[in-house]
Amino acid sequence: MSALTIKGLKKQFGPAEVIRGVDLEVEKNEVHAVIGPNGAGKSTFFNLLSGAFPPTSGEIQLFGERIDGLSPEKIQQRGLARSFQVSNVFVNLSVFENLRCACFKQSHAGYVFWRPAARVREANRRAEEVLEMIGLQALRDVPAGSLPYASQRALEIGMTIACDAPVVLLDEPTAGMSNSETAQAIKLIRQVAEGRTLMIVEHDMGVVFELADRISVLVYGKIIATGKPEDIRNDPKVREAYLGEEAA
Amino acid sequence: MSDDMTATMIRSNNRFSLRGLVPWLVFAAVLLILPFIFTDGFSFTLMNAIGINIVFALSYNMLLGQGGMLSFGHAVFFGLGSYAAMHAMIAIDDASYAGEGFWAHVPVVVMPLIGMIGGGLVALILGWPFCRRAGTAFAMITLGLGEMIAAAGQMFPSVFGGEAGIYGNRMVGPQWFGLELAQAADVYWFIAFWTFAAVLAMWAFTRTPLGRMSNAVRDNPDRMQFIGYQPRNIRFLVFIASGSFGGLAGGMAAVNYEIITPESLGLIPSGLALLMAAVGGLGVFYGPIVGAVLVTLMNSLLSDYSDASILYVGLIFLAIVMFAPRGLGGGIEHVRTAYREGHLARRLPGWLGGAVAVLLIALGLIIAIELMFAGHGGGDTVNVFGMQFQAGGITGWLAAVAALVIGVLVMRATKKNREVNA
Repeated sequence: MSALTIKGLKKQFGPAEVIRGVDLEVEKNEVHAVIGPNGAGKSTFFNLLSGAFPPTSGEIQLFGERIDGLSPEKIQQRGLARSFQVSNVFVNLSVFENLRCACFKQSHAGYVFWRPAARVREANRRAEEVLEMIGLQALRDVPAGSLPYASQRALEIGMTIACDAPVVLLDEPTAGMSNSETAQAIKLIRQVAEGRTLMIVEHDMGVVFELADRISVLVYGKIIATGKPEDIRNDPKVREAYLGEEAA
Repeated sequence: MSDDMTATMIRSNNRFSLRGLVPWLVFAAVLLILPFIFTDGFSFTLMNAIGINIVFALSYNMLLGQGGMLSFGHAVFFGLGSYAAMHAMIAIDDASYAGEGFWAHVPVVVMPLIGMIGGGLVALILGWPFCRRAGTAFAMITLGLGEMIAAAGQMFPSVFGGEAGIYGNRMVGPQWFGLELAQAADVYWFIAFWTFAAVLAMWAFTRTPLGRMSNAVRDNPDRMQFIGYQPRNIRFLVFIASGSFGGLAGGMAAVNYEIITPESLGLIPSGLALLMAAVGGLGVFYGPIVGAVLVTLMNSLLSDYSDASILYVGLIFLAIVMFAPRGLGGGIEHVRTAYREGHLARRLPGWLGGAVAVLLIALGLIIAIELMFAGHGGGDTVNVFGMQFQAGGITGWLAAVAALVIGVLVMRATKKNREVNA
C-alpha cells in the first residue's frame, strides 16, 4: 500500500488557484522529493498534506485512510509529522524540553499534571535518543531561541521525528545552511529516512539528487513529472519548465 | 556519551537533589520564624494578607507567565472561590448549631479546598469558549467576564449578599491541631500552611508534562498542533488549574477576613493580580511571590506615610514594565547568572551605579510629588526621609531637581560600564 495517495488535490485562495489538481502516490519507505520553481505551490502542498489548511477539493489518503480536512493534530496523531521551512520551535524552552514536549503525544502524557515530566520514562528516553541523533547533546539545556541557525534547523527536524511518525515531511531542511552544515543535515536526513516514508521539499538540487528515490516536479500547481532522479534529469518537459538554464 | 554530559543529565534529572530542597527549607523556615519576630496584631494582619496575595499572584502567573494568557478577570475565581468557602463556613455554623449534618464535621481550616473546588468549577464551566485564542481576544473576553460576574454579584443578593457582601464566622465547627482561629496570630498558622502547600503544588505543576506544555503553547501555539496537541485543550486545562488556585486563595481570604463582597470579583482585584505578577516578574517562578510581598506591603504601609501612595505603586509598575520588563525576579536571576558565571565582580559597579541613580531619581520624584500634594491643602511642611521642606518654598523644588539631575547623570555615567560588561 502507498504511504500517501493524493487524488485531484486542489487549493484555491480566493480567485487564485495555487494547487491545480495534483495526483500522486508516495510509496512506503521511499524518499520522495518535491521540486519546482519559486511560487510553484510546494509549501502550500505541504500545508495541505499536514492539515495547516483544508484542501478546496480532492482526496488525501494516509495508508489508505482519508486525512484531508482533518486538523493538524489529528493528522499528526495518524502518523504524519512535518517540519517547517522557518524554524518553528518553542523558543523559551530548552532543546531537551522541546524534544520531550514533542514526545508526549506518544506516551499520552501531554495533559498529565499528577506526576513530573521527568518520570514519563518513554518520553524522556525518546527525547535523549533524538537529542543524540541530531547531535545537540552539548546544547541540551540551552533555550531553543538562542541556538545557532543550523542547530535550530536540526532541532526542527528532531521535533518532527520525535513522535516516530511513519511519514515525515521536511520543508526545505537545508535552506540557508553552509556547505558543511548541509553535509551534516544530509547525514541526519538519511538517518531519519531509515524505516520511514520521507517527503522533502528542497531547492538545493545537490541535496535532492543525493537523497531522493523519486522526484516530483511541481510547476504552477501541477505535477508535470514524477520519476527516478535520472529520468527527471533527462525529462525534456522538466528541462524546459524548470531545470532549463541549469541543465543547458 | 561524554562524562560531563552524563553529569548534566544526572543533575537535571535528579528530582530529590539537596540543592533543590534548600529554597523550600528556607521558605518554611521564614514562615516559621516570622511570627516570632513580628508579634503585634498589625503585622499578623499584614502577613496574612501577604500570604493570600502570594497564592493569588502565583495562580495568576500560571495563566500569564506560564501559559501566555493575559487575563483581566482573574479575581472572578478568587472571589467566587471565596464565596464558596464563605457559604460553606455559614453551613458549618448552622450545622454546628443544630449539632448534626455533614457540615458539622467539616473544620474551617479546610475552607481553602472548598474555594479551590469553587474556583476550579467556575473555570471548568466558563473556560472552554475563552481558550480558543490567547492574546488580545482572550484579554478582552476575560475583561468582559470579570465585569459581568461583578455586576451579577450585585444582582443576586441571596448568593452574593448585595453591596454589603456576606459574612461568616471562622470560630465554628471542629478544631484541627488546636487552632481556634480566634486571633490573627492563630489565623497566621492557617495562612502559612496553605501558602506553603499552594506554592509547592503550583511549583510542582510547572514540572509536570502539562506545565511544560503550557510553556510550549505560550511560546508557539501553531507548532503545538504539529506535535499532536490542540492548543485550546492545553489552555483550558491550565485555565482550570489557575482558577482552582485562585479559588484557593479566595478560600484563605474568606477565613481571614470573614467577609466577602461583590467588589472582590471585579477589575480592581484582577488588576492587582497582574500588578503583583508583573512587578515580581512573569518569567521566574518565584517572581510573583516577590511582587505580592512588595505590592501588599506598599499598599498597606505607604498609605500611612503619604497621600500619594497609590501614585507610587503606579509609578513603580510603570517603571518596571518600561525599564525592567522581566520584573524583580528577572533582575535577581540576572545577578545570580552573573555570579554563577563569575562575572559578578566585573558587573557589580555598573549595577550599583544604576541602583544609586534609580534611588536618586526616585527621591527627586518623591520630593516633587509630596510638594505637589502638600500644595493641595496638605500640611505646610513636607517630610521626606527626615528632610523637611516648606510646602510653598523653593528649596524643596531645588532639592527635587538636584536629585533628579544627579540621578540621571549617574545613570548616564555608569551606562557605559553596564553595556561594556554585558
